[in-house]
Parts: sequence; structure tokens; C-alpha cells
Amino acid sequence: MNYTQITPLEREEMLEAIGVAGVDELFSSIHPDDRLAGPLNLPPAASELELQNELNALAEENSGAHTHACFMGAGSYDHFIPTLIDQVVGRGEFLTAYTPYQAEASQGALQAFFEFQTQVAGLAALDVANASLYDGATAVAEAAMLAVNVNGRRRVLVASTVHPDSRAVLRTYFEELPVTVVEIPAGPDGIIDPEALAQAIDNDTACVIVQSPNFHGLIEDWNACFEAAHSIPKTLGIAVFNPIACGLLNRPGECGADVAVAEGQPLGTPLQFGGPYLGLFAAKNAFVRKMPGRLVGETVDTDGRRAFCLTLQTREQHIRREKATSNICTNQGLLALRATVFLNTLGPQGLAEMAEQSYHKAHYLATRIAEITGFALKYPDTRFFNEFVVTCPAPAAAIIEAAVHEGFLLGPPLDTPATGAQGSPNDLLICATEKRSRAELDSLVEFLAREYGLQTSD
Amino acid sequence: MKSTHADALTRPEIHTMGTDKDANVTTENIVTATPRGDRPVEPLVFEKSIPGQRAVTLPPLDVPETALPSEIVGGGFPGAEIGQLDLMRHYTHLAQRNFSVDGQFYPLGSCTMKYNPRINEWAASLPGFTGLHPLQAETETQGLLRLLFELRGFLEEIAGLDEVCLQPAAGAHGEYTALKVIRAFYHDHGQSQRNKVLAPDTAHGTNPASCAMCGANVITVPSASGYTDVDALKEVIDREGADTIAAFMITNPNTAGLFDSKITEIAGIMHEAGGMVYLDGANMNAILGKARPGDFGVDAMHYNTHKTFSTPHGCGGPGSGPIAVTTKLAPYLPVPQVEYDDVRSMFSLNYNRPKSIGKVRSFFGQIGVLIRCWAYIRSCGPDGLRDVAEMSVLNANYLASQLHARYETPYFEPGKGKWCAHEFITVPKSLLAHGVTLLDIAKRLIDYGIHPPTMHWPVHDCLMVEPTETESKRTLDTFIDAMSRIADEIESHDDAMHDAPADAPVRRLDEVAASRKPRLTFTDSQ
Ligand SMILES: Cc1ncc(COP(=O)(O)O)c(C=O)c1O
Repeated sequence: MNYTQITPLEREEMLEAIGVAGVDELFSSIHPDDRLAGPLNLPPAASELELQNELNALAEENSGAHTHACFMGAGSYDHFIPTLIDQVVGRGEFLTAYTPYQAEASQGALQAFFEFQTQVAGLAALDVANASLYDGATAVAEAAMLAVNVNGRRRVLVASTVHPDSRAVLRTYFEELPVTVVEIPAGPDGIIDPEALAQAIDNDTACVIVQSPNFHGLIEDWNACFEAAHSIPKTLGIAVFNPIACGLLNRPGECGADVAVAEGQPLGTPLQFGGPYLGLFAAKNAFVRKMPGRLVGETVDTDGRRAFCLTLQTREQHIRREKATSNICTNQGLLALRATVFLNTLGPQGLAEMAEQSYHKAHYLATRIAEITGFALKYPDTRFFNEFVVTCPAPAAAIIEAAVHEGFLLGPPLDTPATGAQGSPNDLLICATEKRSRAELDSLVEFLAREYGLQTSD
Repeated sequence: MKSTHADALTRPEIHTMGTDKDANVTTENIVTATPRGDRPVEPLVFEKSIPGQRAVTLPPLDVPETALPSEIVGGGFPGAEIGQLDLMRHYTHLAQRNFSVDGQFYPLGSCTMKYNPRINEWAASLPGFTGLHPLQAETETQGLLRLLFELRGFLEEIAGLDEVCLQPAAGAHGEYTALKVIRAFYHDHGQSQRNKVLAPDTAHGTNPASCAMCGANVITVPSASGYTDVDALKEVIDREGADTIAAFMITNPNTAGLFDSKITEIAGIMHEAGGMVYLDGANMNAILGKARPGDFGVDAMHYNTHKTFSTPHGCGGPGSGPIAVTTKLAPYLPVPQVEYDDVRSMFSLNYNRPKSIGKVRSFFGQIGVLIRCWAYIRSCGPDGLRDVAEMSVLNANYLASQLHARYETPYFEPGKGKWCAHEFITVPKSLLAHGVTLLDIAKRLIDYGIHPPTMHWPVHDCLMVEPTETESKRTLDTFIDAMSRIADEIESHDDAMHDAPADAPVRRLDEVAASRKPRLTFTDSQ
């Protein structure tokens, strides 16, 4: 089934109207030597019924947050997703439209993106935001690109506590360019020491990138870090934030950030094995003409009615080509729509409660786990949000594997390539969101104590 | 100032192409539809906010609270408060103000706005896929890894190339990733001086922009009669120095809707120069199962699954842009790669690729999009895919053949046996000579319930029309009818043209004002 609708009779009529004997004539510009001789070597067409069965079987092979209590975070979070979101974004008017180039025929998408931009700017406590980027990691790289373009400097300082994928993408993006990426190590408390950061900044520093809560869930001192950044005029402070945390914790703009970026997945997008997600990008007004990505602006129509359109397109690749602020074209529209519906459904109160509950549940869990003999918080004196590192009495990988059989998704271990291979084998990152019930938290503690708790004395 | 002609204009409804109308819809009954009158402006959600309203609540907190030190607490999220019904109505109203493939014919050239099969949506939303955390153990996600591995194989076969990387988030991201891979190959082979990338003047803007992001210099190659000018290409190579050139980025079928029959000659020239051929695969729809890039000399390419493989465009994403490369480029692909591990007899994500360019994104790819892509390829099968190409080319040639008398098609010349691929461009010179602009024509199409084609690209004053294979002959005929009526309106100097659209939710916008003093967010002071 390929969803075509031309009947054999119509096909003949059309060929006649065109004036050719057969469809093959229309392919005459492909040299016979360049044509594929036989059929593609692919499985034969499957009917919808067969596909349903096959896909159900493939899906059922996997366990995940739908079958287990998920305590995994590390950049991808299992938050409550209100039913309304799928109902809205599943509408064909949104699902099957494209980038709103023709404003008069796309006011629905444009207004939704304008509302999204307003919300992202509000989360970041900054002036403006774009209509999304690919994901959190590319958003970090794009933010650093903006800084380099704005001040022409050649050093990018990034906290080593930023998500490993973001740092890896940053390295890839700058590897061919005359810009050096310098990682600032964390102190023994797991966060960046603002004084060490201040030491590292020089006149050629384009920006300082600090994520909070950081990859280990710890709350960084953005205020002090960005103050250090601003000790050199024109150096930008780039905050990497968690949009849920903004319902409760200090927002980037409140702490002196010039640009703020985030992985937007927690805002109503399921885990779905890491994508598609969306990058959030907010900035101070001063940088708007250097921003990457689509921007929706407010204007009027010829009757003076309020209306919305894509704007400042001269920044973009289709006009500026190699001098564009970014190469992005298709962004993450439907995910941005999910995020805006999510934020409107929860409202300020709901977002605050979601953040608070995550905070309280993670702290309750951390306290109880730390009480088990043999387990300890790796950074007991540093504040955290909804995840924390535990040093375990056994290798994390073994605990994770055993936990699956008990109905828990744990991990990731911190010494693998997927997590930047930074931790020691016994370190385990654990996350709790509002979704985890007390019963689930307690039974995880009970499992860890039973299987791995050491005898206090003998 | 409101023109009197606008009032005289008949006001077709905008949602006329859908199922809410008589099945025998023609432009005849569209233009005689009763005017609906002005639609009200839909307030912003922030203007609908009423303190105290909620759309959803959370269960009460069931653990003891932990102190929240005031120095970490911020000012909170300044969003709207709105109940569920009013929120739903808000989005219903917004949806009604949007053209879409589901509602209207959407012949947006280069974008392949084909039907998005609903089985794909169903598949991607299965909890066994959406519930997976990206850092789970491989043993727990074998079903999904198997699907991804199979998809890799499908895309390798369709491309006629050796290895596919599924990770890029969209076409532009695929271009960027593949160019990085090509650069890495040259670095590794002691040819770091190859930092120039050639691209035709008709290339999509993402091509030069992606080059720049890789630190490569873009050299423009002129076109002649819609094709790459082979002599110009040779000249550019001689002028720049063969050993400074990394690649030629070519779109084939190209952005003028033509399959460049000199592609193997071009590939030969590039390979002779020691460079590579990169294919922008945006137009793969036209050659699925008919020809394979690897067979006509391409070294690396990207797909746009949101074009070729029916994954929805979602108001601008998410797309996905898998890349396919030859064996010699494969070691440089991003990590991790989805593989079958013979030793452990299982599917796995391999990070151990020492020559890899590293990571280009968070986690591993647009998984939800890739699931849809897999389902589409499985649904079509090899013959179905070839039919997709044939029908998309048939539909485009049918439209071109019926329109070209009044809408000039510079490269579609049936008399000379010059056909188009899956799309064509028209530069309607004689109609524009009547004092209308291309924008007038595009906006008037909205009144006929049709999304305007791509405008002013790859050449000025052109419309790029891509019907796709999923449209019925009836819809194509309705479009032909609408275009003819617009031509009539232009020739009879109907001023309605300048006022179009008359019946969209808004009339023509002042886009200049929007960029002069950008307002990108709502503030209460407005
Ligand atoms: C010819 C061509 N190349 C590249 C792109 C960029 O692809 P994407 O929007 O998926 O990044 C597009 C489409 O937008 C295109 O039409």
C-alpha cells in the first residue's frame, strides 16, 4: 500500500493528456545505465493488518517506563504528560502542515509558536526566544556559535558538569573552526568553583556555559559564574536549564545569563528513546538578530487586524546562505507545539507543583538511600533538584541489571561512553519526578537495602 | 484603506478541499460559495488567562517535604491560567486557522507534502516505543534496536550506498554531518587542504550554510538551462585547484525539477579531481526504485524522511535526515552506530569507532520519526516505492502539461520531449506582464482553498509546484481549474488579485513592519 489514488483508467487519460505512451518515457532523462535494473531488495509490501501485528511484536519486546518504575534521568525525564497534548497535536491541521511560510494560511501555527516563544522567554526570564532547535545538545552548540559571532572571540569555556552529549556536540561543532573549547573541571563538591572559572576567563573568552541543575543533578551557582563571565566586557553567560526546574528554582535571566538554552523534552514529550526532542533557545533582546532558527513576530494585516508571520528571515539560510546565523531549516515544530500545550495545561501553578514534587520526592529518596549502610550520596553537601549521584557498594551496572527484574529502571552507570565516561563504576545517577509514588520510592529503597545493604557491624 | 474590490470579490471558504464539502467539489462551486464574513481574531492564550483556572491537577504530595532554601527559589513561570475546555477551544480555533495536507492541496515544491499515513502515527505512539529511556540497557530495547537496524538496511539499499547513519535531525543536519564526515576522511588521508565545497547557484540555502558551519569555503557553480554547467564545473575546478576541493553538493533530481542526465559525467569529473559527490536527497521521491545514488556516482547523501518517506511535517518538524555513505567514508560516521553484534547475538549501539567525528546531537536520533519511516517503507514494499516515484512524476507532468500554455515552464517542453521529474517550476511571465506580482497569484490561491507552491526559488519569480503521488486526479484537476481562473482574473484585470487573500482568517500581512520592529513575545504592556 503506497497511498496513491490514481486509477489505471485515469493513468491512461493522464498519459494521453501529457502526450506520452507510458510512464517510462517521463524518465528518459535518466540514462539507461544509471537506472536500477531490478526491484529494490526490500521486504515485500505488508498490509496494514500485518504491520500492526509486526509492530506490536517489536514494541512488546521492549521494557521501559511503560512497564517499569523509571528512576532514570540524565537529560531525558519521565514526567506526567496530560492527555490533552496528544489530542491537540494529533489534529491533522497541525500534524500535516509545514513551516508557516504562507502566513495567511498558517495563522494557527504562527500564533501557537508566538505563544511558545513567549513561554520559553518566561521560563528563562529573558526577553526573546526562537521557535525551537533540534535538541538540547545542538542548542548548546548554537548558543556558543552566537557568542562567537557576537564578540568575535575564540575561546569557549564550558563547565565539565554540562551534559556529556552537549559537550560532545560542542566539540564536534567547533573542531573545524578557529575556536578552542575549554572544559572547566568541577570542584570536589561536584559543581563549578566560580573562582576557578574567573581564573580561566581571559580577553579572548567568547562565553561561559554552565548547566544547572548540572548533569549530576546539582545546582550550580549561576549568579557567581555569570558575574565571573561579565568581569570581561562582552563575554556572554550561557545558562543551560531544565524547563521544569524553572517552575521552582532560579531562572537563568534572574541570575545574569545573557543566553539560555535547554532540552525541552520534559515539557510534554515522551522519552521515546531520545528523540525527537526539542532545543529551547532564549536570549536578551540585544542578540535577536544573531539568533539561530525560526522566529515568529507579531504584525498586522491590511485591515489592521493582529496577525503573525515568520520574521527576521534575513538571518536565515534561505536568504543569507553561507552567512546565515545557522543552517537550520526544518526545526521541531510539533514538539514546540507539545511544549506550549503542556505549559498551558499545567499553568504556572501546575508547573510549580511538578517541580516541587520532583524536588521533594528526589530528596526523600536520596535521604532514604543514604541511610542504607554501604550507600552514600556522592555530593552530600551540594544542593540538587530531581536527581543525585549515589556511590554504591557494588558496580552500578550490576545493580541496574538486577533492578530491571524487580520492576525498576535505574541508571545510567556513569562510566560508560553514553554518559561521557566520567564517573567511577560504583556511581549511580538516580532521578525521581512527580510521577514516582511513595510506594515506588519505598520499594526501591527496600530492594537496594535487601540486595546490597551491608551489615552494620559483625 | 480597504479596497472596494475586496468587497466585490466572491469569498470562497478556506476549508473547501476537505471532506466537509460535496465530494464533487470543483472550483465552480468553490467560487460561488457564500461569503462567511470576517473571522474574529483569536486572542492570545495569555489574554484568556483567568487567575485560579486550571486545566489539570496533580495528585497530592505523598512524601514529607524537604526544606527549600530561599536563595535557590526563583520567581516562577509567568504563564496563562486557563481551564481545559477553553484551552481546547483555543487550539481548535488555531487549528481552524491553518492549512494542512489533511485539509488542503499543498503543492509546496521541494517539500513533498504527501499524505501522512495514520498507521505510522499509531506505530510511533506505541508505549513499547515511547516509553523507552535512551540510556536503558540494550537487552531491554532489542525490539526497537532491531527496527532501527532494519531501517538502516532499507535506506542503504534504496541509496545503493554502503552505510547509513540514522542520527541527523533533519536534511540540513544531515548535510552538516556528511560534510564533517568527508572532511574527516580528508584529514585522515593527509589532504586537509581540501576545504572547498562546490554547489550550484540553484542549491537550497542549507547547502552553503552547512558548508560554512564546517569551516569549508563554498564555491558557486553556475547552471545552464536548468542543469549543472559541466564546462563551468571544469573551469571552477581548474581555477580553484583540483586538490583544494572536497566535494560537489548536487541535488538530483535538481531544484528545477529535472533529473540531470550528466550526473555520472559530473561524478567522474569530481572523482578525477580527487573530490566527492554529495547528493542533497530532498528529491528522492522522484527516483525511488528507479535509480540509486550510489549507482550514479554519489559518495554521500542525506534523506529527508519528512519528504520522501511520509513522516509528517508538523508545522515545521520534527523531520529526520539519515545519511548514506560509501565504505571509505563509513568509519567517520557519528557515534553510536546501531549494529548487530555477532558475538553477543544482539542488536547494539556501538561507540567503539575510533575514527568517528563524534556526536552531532543528543542521544541517537529522531526515533519516533524513524519508526514512521520504517512503517512506510514496509507498507510500500519495493514495487510500491517504485510506483511512488512513477506516480509522483506522472502527477507533476500532468499538471505541467495542462498549465504550461498560460504559466510558462522554462524547462518543461513537451514538444521537445523534455519532461519534469516530480515537480516543475513555472515563471509566469506573460501573466506577470499584466501588472500582478507572484505574491498576488500565490495569495489568490489561498482563496481557492489551495496552499501556494514554493515561491522565488530556485529562480526569481517562479512557482515550484510539487503535487506528490498521493493526490487524486480530481484534486489535480481542481488545481488546474483554479490556476486557469486566476489567469482569467489576471487577464481581465480583476483587482481582486491585489487584495487576495480575501477570505483567509487574515488579509495580507505587513511583513516588513514585523522585521523592522520585531515583537517576538507577548508582554502585558502591549
Ligand atoms: C533541496 C533541499 N535541500 C535541503 C533542505 C533542508 O532540509 P531540512 O529542512 O530537512 O533541514 C530542503 C528542505 O527544506 C530542500 O528542499
